[in-house]
Parts: sequence; C-alpha cells; structure tokens
Amino acid sequence: MGKFRKQFVSGIIAANPVFMLGLGLCPVLAVSVAIDYGIGMSGAVMFVLMASNMVISFIRKFVPSISRIPIFIVIIATFVTITTLVFEAWMPALHEALGLFLPLIVVNCIILGRAEAFASKNPVASTIADTLGATVGFALALVTICFFRELFGTGSLSLFGVHLFTLPVLGEDPILLFILPPGAFLVIGLLLALLRWRGVAQSE
Amino acid sequence: MNELIVIFVSMAFVNNVVFARYLGLCPYFGVSKKTGPALGMGMAVIFVMLIAAAATWLINHYILIPFNVQFMQIVIFILVISSLVQITELFIKRTSATLYNALGIFLALITTNCAVLFVTLWNALHDYTFIESIVSALGSGIGFAFALILMSGIRERLEIADCPRSMRGLPIAFIAAMMLSLALIGLGGMI
Repeated sequence: MGKFRKQFVSGIIAANPVFMLGLGLCPVLAVSVAIDYGIGMSGAVMFVLMASNMVISFIRKFVPSISRIPIFIVIIATFVTITTLVFEAWMPALHEALGLFLPLIVVNCIILGRAEAFASKNPVASTIADTLGATVGFALALVTICFFRELFGTGSLSLFGVHLFTLPVLGEDPILLFILPPGAFLVIGLLLALLRWRGVAQSE
Repeated sequence: MNELIVIFVSMAFVNNVVFARYLGLCPYFGVSKKTGPALGMGMAVIFVMLIAAAATWLINHYILIPFNVQFMQIVIFILVISSLVQITELFIKRTSATLYNALGIFLALITTNCAVLFVTLWNALHDYTFIESIVSALGSGIGFAFALILMSGIRERLEIADCPRSMRGLPIAFIAAMMLSLALIGLGGMI
C-alpha cells in the first residue's frame, strides 16, 4: 500500500505534470477561462489517461517494443473519440466551449509520457496509482489557474453554473486581460515563479 | 483570391497558433532557447503541416466522407501525421544530408505538436477546399515559425538579463510570451 501512496503523491507535487515538468500546457492555458471548463477538461483527461493506461499496462507483454508508439497512439485516440462523442451527446455546452481541445487530448504529452514511462513497464495496480497521481496533479494545476483567471477576469466566481460571489470593485470593472490569451501566460508565469520562490520547485 | 488572403492572415497573425490558440506550447517553450534550433523547428513544422493538410484533405474527402465515417477523423488523422513524419524523415535522410542535419531531431518531435493535428481538424471542421486547406496550413506554419523565432531572440537576450532568481528560465519566458500575445491582440480588429 505504501508504494502506491508514494506513486500517487509524487504525481501531485514532486512530479506535477504542469508546474514541474511543463507538460500538457496547451489545454491548461486554453480552457482555463472558467472553473467549470477546467473541471470538464480534467475529467476528460482523467478518463482518457486512466482507460488507455490500464489497457496499455494490460497488454504490455504482447506489444513488440519497436511498434509500441503507434499502438499506444491508436489506443489513446480510441478513448479520445469515445470521450468526444460522449461530451457531444450529453454535455453540448461544454463540448462547444472546449471545442477542438477535446480531440487534441490525443497529442497531450502527459498521456503519451505516462504510457511510455510507466504504464508500458508496470502492472495494472501500480499503473492506476501512478495515473491517479498524474491526473490529480494536472487537475489541481488546471483548476488553480482557472480560479485566478475567472476571479480577476470576471470579478466573480461560479461553480457548475451556480453563482458563488462577486468581488466589490472588480465585479464592476474586471481586469479583462486575465480572460484574454495574454492572461493565461501571465498567470502561469507568476504561479511558477511563486512556487520556485517558496522553494517548492527547483529554480534554474 | 481575397478569401485565401483572409485565411492566410487570420491563421498566421490574427489567430496565431501560439499566442491566440495556445497550441504547440511544449515544443514552443522547449526549443526556443536558441535561434538556430528555433529556425530548424519552424521550417520542419511548416513542411509537415503542408503535407499533412494535403494528405488528410484527400483522405477525408475520398474515404471518410463517402463512407460516412467522419467520427474516425481523430484516429485516422493522428496516424496519418505520425506516419508522414516518419516517411519525411526517411526521405530527407536519403536525399539531402544538409537538410537532414538541420531538421533532424525536430522532425521526430513534430508528431506530438498539437498545432499540426489542430490544423487538419480545423480544415475538416470548416469544409475548406483543397487550396484553402493548403493556405490555412501554410498560414499556421508560418505563424508558428514566426512566434518561435521571435521568442528565441528574446530568450537569448533574457539569458544575460538580471532578473530575480525564481523568475529565471521558464517563468520569465511565459511573461515574455504574454507581452507578445498582447501585441498580437492589436491585430484583432483586422478581420
């Protein structure tokens, strides 16, 4: 049990895919306009990563190592197609908002990275622990960035369509920059600097 | 003709793949430390985008649409792109040693560049004609190369700049990207 816990925790902090390794930046920056989108995207990535890594870990002994990358990509693409169709059918608003970033999960480097580095070499049980850690780390990073962008960019916060609160001054004059593309670069740059300043992450 | 110019300018500058759509960020921050490799990566991306757009347009219009299996687009397109990248790599290795040495490792990295998959899916989504697809791929490729080369110049200067220790490297690069992205927003009213 202790081994599984270590794998899980390392994905959240020490090997956080977004802040520490700089992987999967595209969806993080693109959909981080509102917390709802962040949760939707995290859910999609979590499902694809979990399902494809379990399959990859399951068949790891039958896959010839020379053709493993194309095989992994086909498995991942299959689950991404399933996710896209499910979102389109049951969550059309979210599907519309996430747009082409749902199909683009295929080329998310976290997924192929975890498949190549962990799932293809380890049994199913520890793969599940590793995948949970990586996806929770990804979701935490994504939702943190969403939180700051929505808070400063719109001056208010809402969750699952329910309005939570409005800031006094910013509610009337929100800092639009945070919702626009530059805001994403600004927030992740400052968060990364903050983590390094506090000594959580290594400085260069 | 007007239509084509609009598509080109829109893909290259107004909706720049990096600054407005946040695509291809992993290679963007990974390869933009020096101008030389940035130039090589930019050229390789333009090249792969062009052939990928042409190949996926043909497959989409002559195989997927007649058989009504467009839901297979993601699986087919990513396979086409990764095999095209491999074939291109082999072809360039055989024909031009200079070009291979210049592009070399970057070609292999392009499969995971989401900008390439994005362009092919975007073309299919918008029902572009063959010529329009090529122009849109050319525009995106040039937009990516433009952003990459610009950034590498800035980062070479940042190396010797005196900035706080915790901002060095990636954080300050993100802030620089923010400034560039802010500048490109000014073009938003053009189209």
